Amino acid sequence: MIEVSHLSKLYGNFPAVRDLSFRVRPGEILGFLGPNGAGKTTTMRILAGYMPPSGGTCRIGGKDVMDHPLTVKRRIGYLPEQVPLYPELTVEEYLGFIARVRAIPAGERGGALDRIAVRCGLKDVRKKLIGRLSKGYRQRVGIAQALIHSPDVIILDEPTIGLDPAQIREVRELIRSLGEDHTIILSTHILPEVSQICQRVLIINHGRIIAEDTPENLTGRITKRLVCDSLVQGDRDRLAEVLAAAENLPEWEITAAEEPGMWHCTLVLSDGEQRPRLLAALQNGGLAVYEFHRRRVSLEDVFLQLIMEENDGLAAGASGAEMYAADAPDLVADHGDGP
Amino acid sequence: MIKNVWHVMGKELKSYFYSPVAYVVLTLFILLVGWRYSVLLVNAALQTAAGTPYAPFDGPQYVILNHFAVISTVLLFLLPLITMGVYAEEKKKGTMELLFTLPLSNGQIILGKFLANFLFCLLLFCGSAVPLITLFRFAAAPPAIIPILVGYLGIVLLTAAVLSLGHFLSTLTENQIVAAALTFVLVIVLYFFNEFGQAGNEGLAAVLRYLSPLSHLESFLVGTLDVSHLIYFISVWVFGIFLTYRTLESLRWR
Repeated sequence: MIEVSHLSKLYGNFPAVRDLSFRVRPGEILGFLGPNGAGKTTTMRILAGYMPPSGGTCRIGGKDVMDHPLTVKRRIGYLPEQVPLYPELTVEEYLGFIARVRAIPAGERGGALDRIAVRCGLKDVRKKLIGRLSKGYRQRVGIAQALIHSPDVIILDEPTIGLDPAQIREVRELIRSLGEDHTIILSTHILPEVSQICQRVLIINHGRIIAEDTPENLTGRITKRLVCDSLVQGDRDRLAEVLAAAENLPEWEITAAEEPGMWHCTLVLSDGEQRPRLLAALQNGGLAVYEFHRRRVSLEDVFLQLIMEENDGLAAGASGAEMYAADAPDLVADHGDGP
Repeated sequence: MIKNVWHVMGKELKSYFYSPVAYVVLTLFILLVGWRYSVLLVNAALQTAAGTPYAPFDGPQYVILNHFAVISTVLLFLLPLITMGVYAEEKKKGTMELLFTLPLSNGQIILGKFLANFLFCLLLFCGSAVPLITLFRFAAAPPAIIPILVGYLGIVLLTAAVLSLGHFLSTLTENQIVAAALTFVLVIVLYFFNEFGQAGNEGLAAVLRYLSPLSHLESFLVGTLDVSHLIYFISVWVFGIFLTYRTLESLRWR
């Protein structure tokens, strides 16, 4: 349904997207993942026909976006990152304008409006001015705008941003239900969202694809490494000694727990078989182990690791990645409370 | 798809009448023009009573000519207010991205927006024509209607030309105030060019004078329809629309 090949986009001399190629099959929900500035929005804007690419082609339903802009735009519903609304119009007037331009025949317009209002939870605010609506409702009006003509292809740039948890869940449900008969690309940096809705994930960084797979396969990638969290009581120096002496323990970190004399340890084991021996070593060292559990690998871990590897690679190549490398979170240190 | 032009126009008109600008402009226009008109009437009445030593004083003619002069001056201040937000606001609100990704061509967007502004101005002019009834009702010799219509045609053409320039300037910025200021300065400079070449119609002075819409408006106001002046206004309109088209194209490339 969507074919992107060798897409690139330059802003002046800055390459926002470089040589991007991917395909989306009909009825598929593709998640577009990447840190801010990775090129997600640029790619979606090109797909939606907002701006032309510097190189490469995009085809939607077999038609090139640049060569047949109007034909392609009729088949697309697009929610930009900045939700495009007219605050001085009411929800109904706004959606009515979209419906007219989308060439929904006059007789069907009312029905289309009713359906989309129910689907996006806008029934109670139809007569209200958009400018008076809360952020959550505005976001929904934006989504309604993209869906009203029931397009083949739906492009959503951060559809759940600014919504509260309950609304996020509603929107996810909505997107999932749409996936049955629409092709969807959505970008986000909320990772659980992707594993919940998307059949396939595309991770991009610095305008390039660094991974493309199902969420399950992606999380499978780094499960060979084992990350464990432990709560230990005892002397800190002694603890450090024991950990330093342990085998197959390439990375570890100790931080103070709330109670005095208790320590949180984050342990990265290269071999799972090491666990009983490590526990025994801790106990023999006069340390009391209160907790010891394996951390579930989330897409977040995969994402951060991939981004980190990519940045390391770029830094090694003496490329201009300092900007990202500087604040690339450390896998071990930073997200101890991952899901 | 001429329909899309109407849809864009409808959306624009709705937006005007939901925002205060339309009402401010309407009120200001009617108040200013109405007030000046009443002053003109009083002047005409006094002069008619006093009589002139040279030629018989044509009261209605005096009122009509000055009425048009007032309108063209008031437009200088009001048209920038009408055009300032047309593209600048869309850019600021991010709705340009919506218009560009809807199945609309640039031409449809531009014409729709122009027609909305243009219709609004026609409404203003209808309002400004109402006081003229007094001339037909009370003047000793009622004025001829054709010259008045020709005069209004001149005003309408002037408006179309200035609107299209204002639209172009509105595409250049996200800030309405900047757009309004640019348009105001451009129009006042163009108006001012009319003052050149009054002494001698040669060289640069003549060129500058030719560029001024006022020099072309004059013949309409006295009721003569001259094709060369018609061509001037249409050329300026086309020029403004063309520039608007080009900047919209270039917006997509940024």
